[in-house]
Amino acid sequence: MLRYFAMRLLSGAGMLLALTLLIFILTRLTPGDPIDAYLDPNVPLSQEEVNALRTHLGLDRPLPEQYLAWLGEAARGNLGHSLQRFNETVTGLIAQRVGPTLLLMGSGIAISIILGVSTGVFTAVRRDTLPDFALSATALLGISSPAFLTALLGLYVASVRLKWAPSGGLLTPGAEFSAWDLLQHLLLPALLLSIGQAALIMRYMRASMLEVLNQDYVRTARAKGVREFQVVAKHALRNALLPVLTLIGSTIGLAIGGAIFIERVFNWPGMGLLLVSAVETRDYPVIMGATLVIGSCVIVVNILTDLSYALVDPRIKVG
Amino acid sequence: MLALSRKTASPLARAAGRFVHNRAALFGLALLIPALLILLSYPVWLADAPNDIDLLALNGEPSWRHLFGTDGVGRDVLSRTLEGGRISLLVSVCSVALSTAVGFIVGAVSAFGGRWADAIAMRTVDLVMTLPPAIFLLVIASIAGAGIWSTVFVIALLSWPVLSRMVRARLFELRERDFVLASRGMGAGMWHLLFRHGLPNSIDILVVYATLQVANAILLEAGLSFLGLGIPPPTASWGNMLNGARSTVVLEQFPWEWLFPGGALVLAVLAINFIGDGLRDAFDPRAELGGS
Repeated sequence: MLRYFAMRLLSGAGMLLALTLLIFILTRLTPGDPIDAYLDPNVPLSQEEVNALRTHLGLDRPLPEQYLAWLGEAARGNLGHSLQRFNETVTGLIAQRVGPTLLLMGSGIAISIILGVSTGVFTAVRRDTLPDFALSATALLGISSPAFLTALLGLYVASVRLKWAPSGGLLTPGAEFSAWDLLQHLLLPALLLSIGQAALIMRYMRASMLEVLNQDYVRTARAKGVREFQVVAKHALRNALLPVLTLIGSTIGLAIGGAIFIERVFNWPGMGLLLVSAVETRDYPVIMGATLVIGSCVIVVNILTDLSYALVDPRIKVG
Repeated sequence: MLALSRKTASPLARAAGRFVHNRAALFGLALLIPALLILLSYPVWLADAPNDIDLLALNGEPSWRHLFGTDGVGRDVLSRTLEGGRISLLVSVCSVALSTAVGFIVGAVSAFGGRWADAIAMRTVDLVMTLPPAIFLLVIASIAGAGIWSTVFVIALLSWPVLSRMVRARLFELRERDFVLASRGMGAGMWHLLFRHGLPNSIDILVVYATLQVANAILLEAGLSFLGLGIPPPTASWGNMLNGARSTVVLEQFPWEWLFPGGALVLAVLAINFIGDGLRDAFDPRAELGGS
């Protein structure tokens, strides 16, 4: 087990390094001089000072050395300056946006797990009935509809027509902070974010549950006279959940993609909105910084998923 | 031998038999074929071209004159939706052709090309698959810029890794088979291995991937255009028509301007997914349910 952990951590570290290399190459492919990212637009610099900075950052050295220098700066949290927003460092911009995004994604993922697992179990137990067909069809629609369309539709129905929820933002502008206000703003986008993922989880859960329900030990449990609820909730669900666990880990990437569009539609001040507005204004240091942070998070989450999977499933021994 | 082959149908015929018995797949075909005919023929029977402006109907409601209404500058939403479908078709088919070719070649080379080729190809695939697709798409698109061909290129660049993994897994199995060993022993080159042995034996994977990927590419194109990175206006695209709904006025008061392209998008994706799932079940009846 320890060896498996060590191997997984090592390969994760390798992936992180490869990610930084990829991003470094991409930054060099972007138009413009890479030195621009490190100049504070508010402080005019003479040509000599720019040259001194260039030497300091290693931008006059060969590319492999530049990569190492860039990596060193990035590790120390210096991702450069925004080209478009005055007085803002990339790290500072990202730090402001992490909280709202984590809040949105965390609630979205929690809702999608609850929704997906419960409907998956329900449709498996009631297979081939009307509720099963209805829910399966809805799930198919959920998978086929892109996040931004779901978001627009949800905004239109829940906020414009029914006036159930505010139409965007993190808090009511000008109002005093209250948890209730935040919750009101959070609920609709989180629910819409969860739909695509919940649909995926439901389909896997249903398939996995059906497989388990046909196993011998489930029949044995029933034959012993265990109540149906106990059979489903205890014998079947625990075993059926295992394959779904990895799926949940691997859909985090999907949730991040969805979050970009949801944040865009709802003006939610998170990483996704930051990234999109940076892309719109071609603010390359911000784009690359945000990508680096998001990519690293995904890698870390993937490692954690694998490790937790190994902990939960006793059949997985040394990898 | 001859008698035997006459009695049992070929694998392809059996797959076709399974496909025509799949109700969902037939439903998809029934949706897609008329839609394609309408898309391709619309300039013949529809009076309005997608960029024609009717100054008497700005933000006009759906009426007999404009079945789907008009947008903020008086362009017919129906003809723009159809033109958007054509653009979607163009972008998705081109990008799928590109990514299928790249995916197959990378997968096949990493299966047949020895340990180093394999290691390099698969680590690249790992890396590309680690980044959330939407993020990667944004980054590449921000470098490539907007436009039809850069959209095709960006989508293709993002989509090949999944396929190359599947092709590699299939051909790894094939590599040890006697006929491949024999052909290698007789000095067959890479080209021969790839196209005489690799291609026919992974054609089912390619067909299923390509079909489902068309739906995926349509979604990616719409997403990019929605963010203003895909098809630049005034060219009509479902994504950039939906982008208009980001304005609260359009969202609230002129819902036909975004509901119709949105509906077309979902229907197209749904139909293609039905067909793709049907093909997958037809080629491999044991394949489990579950998304890509």
